[in-house]
Amino acid sequence: MYRYDEFDHTLVAERIATFRRQVHRRLSGELTEDQFKPLRLMNGLYLQLHAYMLRVNIPYGCLSSRQLRQLAFIARRYDRNFGHFTTRQNIQYNWIKLDETPDVLAALAEVEMNAMQSSGNCVRNITADQFAGRARDEIEDPRPWCELIRQWSILHPEFSYLPRKFKIAVSGAASDRAAVKLHDVGLYLRRNADGVIGFEVIVGGGQGRLPYVGHTIREWLAKDDLFSYLEAILRIYNLGGRRDNPQKARIKVQVNALGPEEFRRLVDEEWAAIRHSELLAVPGAEIERITAYFADPAWETLPDAAAVLSRQCATDPAFDAWYRTNVVEHRTPGYAIVNLSLKSPGIAPGDLTADQMDRVADLADRFSLGEVRVSHRQNLVFPDVRQTDLHALWQALQAISLATPNIGKLTDIIACPGLDFCALANARAIPVAQDIGRHFGDPAVLQDIGELTINISGCMNACGHHHVGHIGILGVEKNGEEFYQLTLGGSSAEDASLGDRLGRGIPAAEVPVAIEAIVNSYRDLRQADERFLDTYRRVGMEPFKEAVYGDSPEHRRSVA
Amino acid sequence: MDMTGQMVLANRLTDGHTVFLAADGSWVEAIAGGALASDQATAERLLATAQLAESRNVVVEPYLIGVRSEGGQRCPVSFRESIRADGPTVRTDFAAER
Repeated sequence: MYRYDEFDHTLVAERIATFRRQVHRRLSGELTEDQFKPLRLMNGLYLQLHAYMLRVNIPYGCLSSRQLRQLAFIARRYDRNFGHFTTRQNIQYNWIKLDETPDVLAALAEVEMNAMQSSGNCVRNITADQFAGRARDEIEDPRPWCELIRQWSILHPEFSYLPRKFKIAVSGAASDRAAVKLHDVGLYLRRNADGVIGFEVIVGGGQGRLPYVGHTIREWLAKDDLFSYLEAILRIYNLGGRRDNPQKARIKVQVNALGPEEFRRLVDEEWAAIRHSELLAVPGAEIERITAYFADPAWETLPDAAAVLSRQCATDPAFDAWYRTNVVEHRTPGYAIVNLSLKSPGIAPGDLTADQMDRVADLADRFSLGEVRVSHRQNLVFPDVRQTDLHALWQALQAISLATPNIGKLTDIIACPGLDFCALANARAIPVAQDIGRHFGDPAVLQDIGELTINISGCMNACGHHHVGHIGILGVEKNGEEFYQLTLGGSSAEDASLGDRLGRGIPAAEVPVAIEAIVNSYRDLRQADERFLDTYRRVGMEPFKEAVYGDSPEHRRSVA
Repeated sequence: MDMTGQMVLANRLTDGHTVFLAADGSWVEAIAGGALASDQATAERLLATAQLAESRNVVVEPYLIGVRSEGGQRCPVSFRESIRADGPTVRTDFAAER
């Protein structure tokens, strides 16, 4: 993992000292809320419905056990014994006190973490594939590039006051597990025709009120050109992005208003002027220095444990279900990647208590070389588990309710905090996720349904990624009541697509039944091993609309 | 259920907690302890008091909410404000005092 150097330590320490003075000036009345708000947001501090919320960066989703223990300490000492992992691989605390925030930031700095640029109109946390460096389908580890982008973008003097927030994701794998095409800039590590690895550059993806799948504006970019090209993109956005309307200020609006071809032309024009700037050329030695932090750990030479696992699976059906659902192949023989489900029934998706954090940190030390990853689907990952340890790990995870066998299944639901916490929300999201989780509690049914993602947002800002759920659920408020609009056919993977609206919104109590109707239709219609998404793409909306709305007058009208 | 009046709600500056303006000008977490205005003129006076508290850095973003009586208890008319008053529906262990 990356370790702070003296510059990082100094920068973070100075930033905390500055924020401590700003908090003091706010509390003493020297700063008004209007003056203070942009300052606190730059340090990740929001004011929500019930309290201040602090969003802490987890760069590209990587945590050491030491860092996780410190997150537990913060949850216990400064919050209410839990944290919430988000769809951008961050963690949020919901009950932070303003005057204690600088102390929280200092506690984070002790373990080389911070909340800088976790909010505000700047480049946010760089996100990545949670299996980075371990996945079998990866051509190159994206984490060194994420770290380099982090260093380039942090306190970038030109890009600290962008028209709107700016999100970058990087993946080096064939399967996109990082929703790369739904980011302001998405980068895939790709080989060109000569086999040289560079970047496919995707621009203008995003969700919210105006969702777009990003456009590829460069099929292949040499690594040496990455920062000059990113600089050119950000410049075109910074100069041309709309500042008159926050709803239309994201780069996706600019890209789609100009058209991707024209946007590319503008970027190329700018790039030609700065491409050979020494300031934007990252020396090879520096890239090597950063890359060294992400070198493979000292894996043991282990035999493949397939025979042992087969025996354990044959004798223990519960372990078998977990193994088949939550365990992923590792690129090194004898090892496995393990997903820890933060979606056990009745729990808010992404929530983890302080005690669970401590226990996970202990288990990471015992079973996963002290490392934990956070996924954008609000789960945790142990990247380096010996296959022969899987059964013992499964038992330990069961004891702390993190072994629900539902990764990638219907109850592995993404949900934003919604109206239970968020000042922007129109409707609740967490209780809807909990109700669906309870309704589909039978692991055998989940296994039969197969891969199916449900994403829930409590408002059009789409923090719960509803546009790209195989089934998306958007909470809306109508005459003081919560209703939920369903969309079908979204995907955040390499086959990214935006969901289509099913029909009128339904009350919360009807959502699980509607999901069941959709799922039953799918089970009737699917061919062979077809996923829900593939069935939907083949048969279209109508059978599912019929299943949910039946012969209601509205449905008859829409069919007619 | 009748509309019984209006109250002022805000976030307390120091910890961000939801608070209601009380009749004596203090701020309380329990909705029952807040001042209830039964007419518009009183509501506007309460809001003016709250805005003064905002300018003195006691609270942030005060505003008036409609309140009705339900089972002998005060309940915000808006669902959003009822969640602010009561705490997250999914964490009853954090429920605010009524």
